[in-house]
Amino acid sequence: MNFVTLLNYPIYLLIFISIYGCLTIALNVQWGYAGLFNAGVAGFFAVGAYTSAILTSPAAVGRIGGFSLPVPVGMLGAMLACVVAAWPVGKVCLRFRSDYLAIVSIGVAEAIRLVVRSEEWLTNGSRGIIDIPRPFGDLPYAQSQVAFLGLSCLILLVVYFLVERQLRSPWGRMMRAIRDNETAAQAMGKDVPRRRLEAFILGSALMGLAGALYVHLTRVITPDAIDPMIVTFLVWIMVILGGSGNNRGVLVGALIIWVIWSASELVTDQLPADIALKAKYARMFLVGLLLQVILRLRPEGLLPERVGTAGGSGDLGRTSPEAIAPSEGSDDV
Amino acid sequence: MINLIAGALHPSSGKIHYAGEDITDLAPNERFHRGLVRTFQIPHEFAHLSVLENLMLVAPHQAGEQMWSNWFSPGRVRIDEDEVRRRAWATLGFLELTHIAHERAGRISGGQKKLLELGRTMMTDAQLVLLDEPAAGVNRTLLRKLESQIEYLNRERNYTFLLIEHDMEMIERLCDPVVCMTEGSVLIEADFKTVRSDPHVLEAYLGETKDAAQ
Repeated sequence: MNFVTLLNYPIYLLIFISIYGCLTIALNVQWGYAGLFNAGVAGFFAVGAYTSAILTSPAAVGRIGGFSLPVPVGMLGAMLACVVAAWPVGKVCLRFRSDYLAIVSIGVAEAIRLVVRSEEWLTNGSRGIIDIPRPFGDLPYAQSQVAFLGLSCLILLVVYFLVERQLRSPWGRMMRAIRDNETAAQAMGKDVPRRRLEAFILGSALMGLAGALYVHLTRVITPDAIDPMIVTFLVWIMVILGGSGNNRGVLVGALIIWVIWSASELVTDQLPADIALKAKYARMFLVGLLLQVILRLRPEGLLPERVGTAGGSGDLGRTSPEAIAPSEGSDDV
Repeated sequence: MINLIAGALHPSSGKIHYAGEDITDLAPNERFHRGLVRTFQIPHEFAHLSVLENLMLVAPHQAGEQMWSNWFSPGRVRIDEDEVRRRAWATLGFLELTHIAHERAGRISGGQKKLLELGRTMMTDAQLVLLDEPAAGVNRTLLRKLESQIEYLNRERNYTFLLIEHDMEMIERLCDPVVCMTEGSVLIEADFKTVRSDPHVLEAYLGETKDAAQ
């Protein structure tokens, strides 16, 4: 028991890493594979978080709710809400080229944040939603944390395998081709706008899932929790540091950045109160500096994208190239 | 010109007809599925994909391109993939590129990229292949190889080729008829010898013939 208590902090850290891992994989689908510069991660995170919170929390005065649905339903609802939110956004925004999409997506995320802050009937405004149920919430604190870690890791694993499978498939190959050269992909018969929308929606749904996990962990959600400076900014750095285009890479990125982020918080908490407040921005500055260093020294990330993942070397055993490659002039071609 | 036919640009006036159908308002990807396949003057390879993937990508209507099928009907996707992979390896064999199958396409030489561009047209059932300056930036030896492959595809797989080219020797060996255009309009359409000796062509491309005669 004592041992478990000792591990409380690392477990708490790992839960957050698995939630951020989910976000980085989601962003990797959009940026790493489809080349969509979504700077509105926080927006979809918020949609997911609030949807699950509203669906699962008990009734409260002054806002919609009281559904008290089970947590898995809340999570599915969160993903669904993100699909519904991402569809029109993608339909409109994906017509813009990369950097314009970034600007528009920031705008969308800010719009979502304002809605969350001001539409009290829906989100209870700045007071937020409380009493959100937590899976394994009846257990004592330490065991409950371990159980939650198990749940979030399981969800992360499922997400990882489903996405990894998708990206190794012809679908993933096509997405990377569209990212590499849009003109050529279209000339090779690929429906570029439709495919981009698919990647955008898939990524957004996963961001919503991460948001749902987050609210069921903290049991409270207020507009402060969806600060784009934290959510969007950190997730982007995780993806770039880890290696966009490589799911394992972005998970490593999530691990490293979150450990640095949390450890630096431990340090700044030791400082006198008035300095500690300013230190928050120093942390952000340091992470930004780290981003600059990465881009300068290792722009492809720690674990770069691998070549030949779809149709590549691993499958060579099945069909020997020499056996089927005909000599020039053969009719087999 | 190729951008117009393949649909990358929309004409400011006029219509584009292909196989009896008005395709003026079709997107490039829809034209591709009607057998109209193009290459690019400056190779447009998918730089982060392997050479093999570059070819496999092109095959039309792959089961695995649908998002759900990878999760719900992996068997069909695998069968499809094996067939596409077989065809891609066969194409690489034909182009004599098997040794670089797993190279990142962005890293191969310019000439190899040109071959890859030609190879992509072989991954689908093309009817009309638009070649945009296939000889540009290609050395003589490779050019010969390219020519023989174009001839082979024309002969054995009944591809119709539309070639835009400045290399007169290549045109002489491959093309009939030859259309000579200047400033957006057709000067003459005939066989190579006639075009080459046509006074209007000489005038447009080499300057006034009368001055030279006088």
